[in-house]
Amino acid sequence: MSDDQVLLKVDGLVKHFPVLRGVFQRQVGAVHAVDGITFEIRRGETFGLVGESGCGKSTAGRTILQLYRPTAGQVTFDGVNLVGLSREELRKMRRRMQMIFQDPYASLNPRMTVADIISEPLIVHGVTRGDETMERVNELLEVVRLSSSFGARYPHEFSGGQRQRIGIARALALNPDLIVCDEPISALDVSIQAQVINLLEDLQQDFGLTYLFIAHDLSMVRHISKRVAVMYLGILVELTSVKELYAHPLHPYTQALLSAVPVPDPVIEQSRQRIILVGDVPSPVNPPSGCRFRTRCPIAIEKCAIEVPEWREITPDHWVACHLA
Amino acid sequence: MTSSNGRPPILRVEDLVTRFYTPEGVVHAVNGVSFELGEGETLGIVGESGCGKSVTVLSTLQLIPRPPGKIESGRAWFHDKDLLEMGSEEIRHIRGSQIAMVFQDPMTSLNPVLTVERQVAEPLIIHMGMTKHQAHDRTIELLQLVGIPEAEKRLADYPHQFSGGMRQRVMIAMSLACNPQILIADEPTTALDVTIQAQIVDLVKRLRDEIGMAIIWITHDLGVVARLAQRVIVMYAGYIIEEAPVRELYASPSHPYTLGLIGSLPRVDADQRQRLTAIRGVPPLLYQKPVGCPFAVRCNYAFERCKENPPLMLVGTEHRVACWWNVLEGRERNVR
Repeated sequence: MSDDQVLLKVDGLVKHFPVLRGVFQRQVGAVHAVDGITFEIRRGETFGLVGESGCGKSTAGRTILQLYRPTAGQVTFDGVNLVGLSREELRKMRRRMQMIFQDPYASLNPRMTVADIISEPLIVHGVTRGDETMERVNELLEVVRLSSSFGARYPHEFSGGQRQRIGIARALALNPDLIVCDEPISALDVSIQAQVINLLEDLQQDFGLTYLFIAHDLSMVRHISKRVAVMYLGILVELTSVKELYAHPLHPYTQALLSAVPVPDPVIEQSRQRIILVGDVPSPVNPPSGCRFRTRCPIAIEKCAIEVPEWREITPDHWVACHLA
Repeated sequence: MTSSNGRPPILRVEDLVTRFYTPEGVVHAVNGVSFELGEGETLGIVGESGCGKSVTVLSTLQLIPRPPGKIESGRAWFHDKDLLEMGSEEIRHIRGSQIAMVFQDPMTSLNPVLTVERQVAEPLIIHMGMTKHQAHDRTIELLQLVGIPEAEKRLADYPHQFSGGMRQRVMIAMSLACNPQILIADEPTTALDVTIQAQIVDLVKRLRDEIGMAIIWITHDLGVVARLAQRVIVMYAGYIIEEAPVRELYASPSHPYTLGLIGSLPRVDADQRQRLTAIRGVPPLLYQKPVGCPFAVRCNYAFERCKENPPLMLVGTEHRVACWWNVLEGRERNVR
């Protein structure tokens, strides 16, 4: 793939959080939240990052945007390595990378009006002044299909779906190239989820946006993404196109995950065979040796406890980390 | 009334009305809901947050806080007794033993300072009159039944020492302690990951087949309902708007809201990338009782007649819908 097609390149990204103990806050260990992930996102595509809670997908999203400084690895955005940039250099790059958060109740300041919330990035980055700012705010409200009269109101006056639209308007304010969507719909009701997803798809069309879509909902990821990576306990276990992943999942974790998702069709659902995984996700403080999935894997062999499976491209564009794939 | 799959009804709720008197106004949470639950039947109650699905069931067990809540009218027949007429002692006895509940968040429903053994054994001693020793043995049995590994060693553990999925298993063990005739599950898997959700759903399915209890499964997830339920009730704004056997409901959803809900779901097994058919607008705040059909303002099919609230009308075998418009045939429904 030629480099100008690639907008974001993540290479061996690691983020550990220290575990501190005692009066002197000595470091006694580390949470291996993200432990070496590598992937590329192409311009204009939606890249899905799926996994269960605690797998490190949100940390990955935040570390990519340098909201957390990575422990190791590189993040190249449009040819520029973000790791090691000074605050000022990073601030300039941030205009082009924005984020939409999961919780529309916690991510909007309750003491600011909607217009203040949306105009904040414009003012901070000195993009607009005076009347221009209000014009842009009204334009953005219209883009996310909210009435421009909402600008003077406060977040608590809005429903979850409307708040998520406000968050989207804020993310769009600076005309970014990349938006990291961190579980943008999981706090919303079913009928509202579809509204927000359709809006995100329209905006992508209209503004040529690239999305990193982080979610646990495999059905929604299938709907919106072009390529998908599956994450488990800090590492990627499989990465390929959405079609390939859902038709030929190779990693036993992906297979189990797909079979666990209920399908809204009783005829299929009541006769479907499922792979039920035993046990829970192990602690990321002490991940299992060898393959991290082996403790729950239905087909694990001896080798899996000893050797870390290599991240390899089995067929073109289909990456998997499993000895048995 | 419903025939609930030909089984004799074990629970029959009639014309339940529940309101909450809050400082902001009166919330019309449940507006005349009637349904039946057959013996050994699994009934799914589906709807979005605020549709009244939980309040309906909590009302029948007198579990809503009063005040601000008030059950204005209705009856809830459990065998030959009206649950709503019972005194607090009597209803508490029913709740602990014959009707059991599992809630969404196991961490808030388990007592954090008591060991798991204390909590599971308590109903056995109180309701079943077991001795401590008997209760101890039965507790181990129950924990094994719900698939907690090394159950005997974990008796002295506290809830925080269990993971979310394991806590939900403990909750289920507690609820099964007295062999209930009805298990009410209020969004029991919503807070869990999909692989853990699959474990719990399959566990409940297995237990149902072994024990033969009736289940009311309250959820917003149409996928889980498809796996588990035999009959489904869809609620909106405090009303039942559709009711049908599970296959019938998914094969020919007849209320525009049900249709919209199914259309808003992408499917993990579907290949083509269609645009999702979102339902426009937002669910109503129920500070006023809706005039006419509560869904009309969001409905693409609404017409003149929707100013009058449609009753539940029979449209197929055991299939009822509250809508004046026949979506399947694209014309007004023939009634009266």
